[in-house]
Amino acid sequence: MVAVKDTVDQVAGLEKYEHGFVTEIEQEFAPKGLNRDTVAFISAKKEEPEWMLAWRLEAFERWSAMESPDWARVSFPPIDYQDATYYAAPKTKVGPASLEEVDPELLRTYEKLGIPLREQEVLAGVTGAPRYAVDAVFDSVSVVTTFKKELAEAGVIFCSMSEAVREHPELVRKYLGSVVPVSDNYFACLNSAVFSDGSFVYVPPGVRCPMELSTYFRINAAGSGQFERTLIIADKGAYVSYLEGCTAPMRDENQLHAAVVELVALEDAEIKYSTVQNWYPGDPETGKGGIYNFVTKRADCRGDRSRVSWTQVETGSAITWKYPSCILRGRESVGEFYSIAITNGRQQADTGTKMIHLGEGTRSRIISKGISAGRSSNTYRGLVSAHPKARGARNFTQCDSLLIGKTCSAHTVPYIEARNGACTFEHEATTTRLSEDQLFYARQRGLSEEEAVQLLVNGFVRDVLQELPMEFAVEAQKLVAISLEGSVG
Amino acid sequence: MLSLQNLHARVGDREILKGLTLEIPAGEVHAIMGPNGAGKSTLSYVLTGRPGYEITAGSAELDGEDLLSLEADERAAKGLFLSFQYPLEIPGVPALTFIRTALNAQRKARGEAEMSAPDFLKRARACAADLKMDFDMLKRPLNVGFSGGEKKRMEILQMALLSPRFMILDETDSGLDIDALRIVSDGVNALRGPDRSLLVITHYQRLLDYIRPDRVHVLADGRIAASGGPELALELEREGYDKYARAA
Repeated sequence: MVAVKDTVDQVAGLEKYEHGFVTEIEQEFAPKGLNRDTVAFISAKKEEPEWMLAWRLEAFERWSAMESPDWARVSFPPIDYQDATYYAAPKTKVGPASLEEVDPELLRTYEKLGIPLREQEVLAGVTGAPRYAVDAVFDSVSVVTTFKKELAEAGVIFCSMSEAVREHPELVRKYLGSVVPVSDNYFACLNSAVFSDGSFVYVPPGVRCPMELSTYFRINAAGSGQFERTLIIADKGAYVSYLEGCTAPMRDENQLHAAVVELVALEDAEIKYSTVQNWYPGDPETGKGGIYNFVTKRADCRGDRSRVSWTQVETGSAITWKYPSCILRGRESVGEFYSIAITNGRQQADTGTKMIHLGEGTRSRIISKGISAGRSSNTYRGLVSAHPKARGARNFTQCDSLLIGKTCSAHTVPYIEARNGACTFEHEATTTRLSEDQLFYARQRGLSEEEAVQLLVNGFVRDVLQELPMEFAVEAQKLVAISLEGSVG
Repeated sequence: MLSLQNLHARVGDREILKGLTLEIPAGEVHAIMGPNGAGKSTLSYVLTGRPGYEITAGSAELDGEDLLSLEADERAAKGLFLSFQYPLEIPGVPALTFIRTALNAQRKARGEAEMSAPDFLKRARACAADLKMDFDMLKRPLNVGFSGGEKKRMEILQMALLSPRFMILDETDSGLDIDALRIVSDGVNALRGPDRSLLVITHYQRLLDYIRPDRVHVLADGRIAASGGPELALELEREGYDKYARAA
């Protein structure tokens, strides 16, 4: 209740895209273009062992022979992969430093973005900020990771991927690419060759991670892409909740964010993964600029009774192409997908999930809320499949679309495959237009048009917002309101 | 309080209000009765600023202030309230959230301080008790899955919490059984006062036994065809609208 009001209050004071600023900082770049040398350059910058470079080069060879996929309901001109930079890093210390070593300009950037990097302040409650650990990734490198010591005491490893490759090679070698194989798809393969930074999390058996973990991705440099790689492993009986946030400056050019996220849940483990994606969406009138968000996210519920829950709030990006999925391998494992995807202006989104039921008695649940406004296009694409051994598999899917205005579109493309006779799949879908009658009713009670739309939309997405960690739910609610500014009238 | 002069309004090509003139002084309760299609609901929508109605002539003022140039929410902030004939369902938004958001939006528009959550909840509890509503119902999404009678009670509850100056009840009695009618009417009567006025739109005299009007008007073919005291409602109950419909 307070949150709804909060939204209504705060929205008036916010600009359309408030994270669109650029940080002036000296950066170093890889030479433009993409070839074996680029891959070697990145690997050397990160002081990687030989096996990692070999892994990258193999991915590069495979990618060179692949073609960009064209099955999604999105359109964009061909990307010139030679006209981009694959590594950009602040010219200070590479790799995670202690807070004292981080460039003050960077600290100011995160302050401006509202990301708490100062542990003392968080601990002392000075900023009133929630207590969660942050890995801050700026372009291609992680600049700092907070609360590492406290987490280490609980046995939890939380660090940048670059550091994990150097410090925990046995874990990385065991799990990297085990959920999303190198050549899984075009963008995942590209990522495997040139991935820069992302987070690595390992929670040992029986440990409940003592705080929320989060990674904050920031694209800053022009002409570069971001190739995040994140790997989270919850060992037997472990629990972890993780959140990623993303923003970028406003630029006229399109920038590529091709990430790969792999989650592994062993026996009785649980991972909650939440995303609040607010990349720059491009100019709402001309469609110029904005991030191409081509992301592969997949979880492997490897152990019996393991559980993975994806929650995503997708508001930014010019194009979103993303299907966080669960492979339900372990017996009675559970996969969940809760999604809010908002498109406005000229944005295009093709997003959904795959629930692959392999094990007996596996269950999954999909709640998707798509909102389209302006001249945007919003597609839900999902697959629910049960393999012959997945007897007793159950899925419930609910897929709701809300249209605001008359120039947007919503599409729902569900695929259902049942290869045994003992599974139960339910699918419900609705498409509605924001009703003039509801709007008038709310306005008669005193709400302005903008406030009325926000309230109705917040009601529409409520089921999903409730799945987010408390602090982020409030944040996400504000974001929903901002994303729809100017969508009526 | 409310002054309507020669009001003409149309929807598309169809003229529905054809020169309606009406004065409702502060503190009074006026009833508008009339046959189906006379323009009763149109009058309530034109007054509250629903989009889709074109005002072609005439004026509408609340305490000397022009209403017609204002947006629906601006009129609400001036103290205009419409209890809907068919209240809307608002999925996912708890009734308490909806009402408090609306109340504070109105207060903000009037330059008043927001009402704190504890104060609001205290008032909401009291109002719900007066209307014999289960308070838990206010935590549910507004009107979703409510019965017709429950929705009408919820309208009166909103009216009580928003405390408007000028209230329009559009067929509030429809869908109410006798007990509910009494409770709702008591709720409405509690809001009467020297600074407030009420316009009751109804088909039937029954409601006026509970909410006693000062004046009764017959609306036929977009105009006030007759006005009188409470006895006019009784006469209409006996004789029907025939002679007004014919005259028009």
